Amino acid sequence: MATRLPTRVAPEHTARIRGLSRAFGDRTVLDRLDLDIERGEFVALLGRSGSGKSTLLRALAGLDRDTTGELAVDGTVAVAFQEPRLLPWKRVIDNVALGLPPGGRERARDALREVGLTARADAWPLTLSGGEAQRASLARALVREPGLLLLDEPFSALDALTRITMHRLVLDLWDHHARDTSVLLVTHDVDEALLLADRVLVLGEGRIAHESRIEAERPRRITDLTALRDRLLGELGVEEGTR
Amino acid sequence: MSSPALDLGAARQAARTRARVPRATGLQRLISPIVLLLLWQAASSSGLLPERLIAAPVKIAGTAVDLTADGTLPNAIGVSLQRVVEGFVIGAVAAVVLALAAGLSRVGENAIDPPMQMLRALPFYGLIPLFILWFGIGETPKVALVALGVAFPLYLNTYAGIRGVDGGLIEAGRTLRLGRTALIRHVILPGALPQTLVGLRQSLGVAWLALIVAEQVNADAGLGYMINDAREFMRTDVIVVGLVVYSALGLITDAVVRLIERRALAWRRAFQPA
Repeated sequence: MATRLPTRVAPEHTARIRGLSRAFGDRTVLDRLDLDIERGEFVALLGRSGSGKSTLLRALAGLDRDTTGELAVDGTVAVAFQEPRLLPWKRVIDNVALGLPPGGRERARDALREVGLTARADAWPLTLSGGEAQRASLARALVREPGLLLLDEPFSALDALTRITMHRLVLDLWDHHARDTSVLLVTHDVDEALLLADRVLVLGEGRIAHESRIEAERPRRITDLTALRDRLLGELGVEEGTR
Repeated sequence: MSSPALDLGAARQAARTRARVPRATGLQRLISPIVLLLLWQAASSSGLLPERLIAAPVKIAGTAVDLTADGTLPNAIGVSLQRVVEGFVIGAVAAVVLALAAGLSRVGENAIDPPMQMLRALPFYGLIPLFILWFGIGETPKVALVALGVAFPLYLNTYAGIRGVDGGLIEAGRTLRLGRTALIRHVILPGALPQTLVGLRQSLGVAWLALIVAEQVNADAGLGYMINDAREFMRTDVIVVGLVVYSALGLITDAVVRLIERRALAWRRAFQPA
């Protein structure tokens, strides 16, 4: 089991991972992986299916106790999953307030206002659209004022237009929180990573196989980043470099 | 080809006809039972259907009024209802406690579930001779039989409901830092509720059946006693009144559970698949 020692994280970092390994049977998914996430940094983690992206995220979320190595996170960790995972028997506001100390409903209401969902606060989750449900899930994560926000492909099931709106929303929220919150976005969408992240990581062979910093100002246009895009696609094993 | 305006008119006409259909069928569906009742009455009045086989509807209705007026029927219902309620409460509490213990812990599962799965195969009406030996012929064996009949469907469904809760929601709860108690209260129990209510309906159905069977044996009060006593005197009218009351009580309890379902599962009703 990975040790979780918040005190071991350097002040400029939110998360520190050293030699993290995870095997399922005799298949090694994470192999002595090292990673630091800076305070307020927006990191995108790319990788092919089965490359261990979700395994790493689950380890950071504290959902996987069968890892070995060293893993330390400073502050609260919050997760927005691919499926919104709202409790269908609790109204939206109560989903957001779940697990908060007494008086959390006011904060939950603020969080819903931030994601533009005030009008649906008293709705049942099953009546929400995909985008609304994902926004509620984001509000539920943000209301905890996390030091590290983990996003596990939260936009992949949304239609293209909703996804663009959600990208803007995530960047706005991250800005609004004075960039105190580090974000780790797990995705298989290279464009999404390029538009959002400060740093893009590619997971391969159980380790960080590649990393690129993106200094470009936001909002970005993908047409300005084609060179890096081709490079990342190459790292992911997609030969598209001749365009 | 018809014009759009005409199409609209036709559609409206069709909608109106469709709207009228349910009420019409509702009334139509009453016709055949009424005809059957009338035929039954006619057969009885003409002597075709002798009263020692079955009494005439009118006679049965009169008997129901008499039995109610002289207190026999209310009294019998009271006694039977008490048996069902006592048996149900005992069986339901035992079932829910066992299902929680088995559903929420590995140790509980290993200790409780195997014997429960084995015992469910037991035809429990066959236990009556043993129950008479153990508990005599008083109220206890009747209440015990109802409790046993209630316990199994409720246990099985509650346990399956707990185990069937979406693992993704439990994970989400853990990332929200919910402790074990909060996880059980906010995620696991509400998640198991729909299946538990299915079990509740089944077990209430079984409760009335178990009562009917139990009351055939050495009852000295209650609906079963009333029916058995009537058989001795070939009072088929009283027997039918007893049967009608049994079904009415079964229907009422079912309606109560439906009401509970509608209120407790409002979140699910809100979801209307297109």
